[in-house]
Amino acid sequence: MLEKQEGTVDNENELTTWVEYWLDGELVHRSAHVTLKKMPSFAGGDTASF
Amino acid sequence: MANTQSMCTSFLGELMLGQHQLGTSTIVSRTSLTAPTTDTVKAALYLASATKDASTTVYNTTGEVSGTNYTAGGVTVTNATAPTSTNASSTAGVGYWTPSASIVYTTVTLSTSFDCVLIYNSTQSNKAISVHTFTAQTITAGTLTLTMPSNTTTTALLRLATT
Repeated sequence: MLEKQEGTVDNENELTTWVEYWLDGELVHRSAHVTLKKMPSFAGGDTASF
Repeated sequence: MANTQSMCTSFLGELMLGQHQLGTSTIVSRTSLTAPTTDTVKAALYLASATKDASTTVYNTTGEVSGTNYTAGGVTVTNATAPTSTNASSTAGVGYWTPSASIVYTTVTLSTSFDCVLIYNSTQSNKAISVHTFTAQTITAGTLTLTMPSNTTTTALLRLATT
C-alpha cells in the first residue's frame, strides 16, 4: 500500500515542506520545497561604515 | 564540519573590481567592447558534511552532492533582475539583489543528506557569491525547489548595507 508522509520546517531562515511516498516500506519518492527567507548573517546592516 | 550561511568575503572585493554583473547587463565590459555582457550565475548543492562558508572563494566539487539527474556544478540561476539600491537615511542605504525565479532541480535522486546551496558566477571563473543553508534534505525521484525571498531591502537574498 502506498503511504504518504508530509512535514514542514518553519523558522526565521526558511519555510520548508517535504512530501514522501512509501510503498511496502520502501521510500519511492521524496520532494522538498525550501523557501529561503533571507540571509540572517547579513541582516544587521553593519557590514560597512563610512 | 558544517556549512555556514554567509556572503562570500571574496565576493565583496570582487565587486569593487567590477568582476560580477548580476541581473540584466547594463555595461559594456570584459568580454565585449561593443555590447553589454551578462554573467551566468549557477547554484550548486553541497552535502551536510561539507564546509562552505564566508571563506569559500570559488565553486568546486569537494563536498558537492551527486546522484541521478544532478550535474556537477548545479543549475543556472534565473538572473533577469538588476540589483537595486535604496537610501534608508541621509547616511545609510542598502543595495540588494535576488534571483528572479526559483532554483529547481527536477527529478533527481540525492540520497546523501545535503543542506547548502552555493551561488556562484560561472562566467567569471566560478567565483563564489554566497552560501545559503537550510534544514538537511534528501530527494528520492523527486524535485527540490528553492524559492527565493522577496526582493526587498530587508529580505533580498543578497544585501549590502551601510549604517
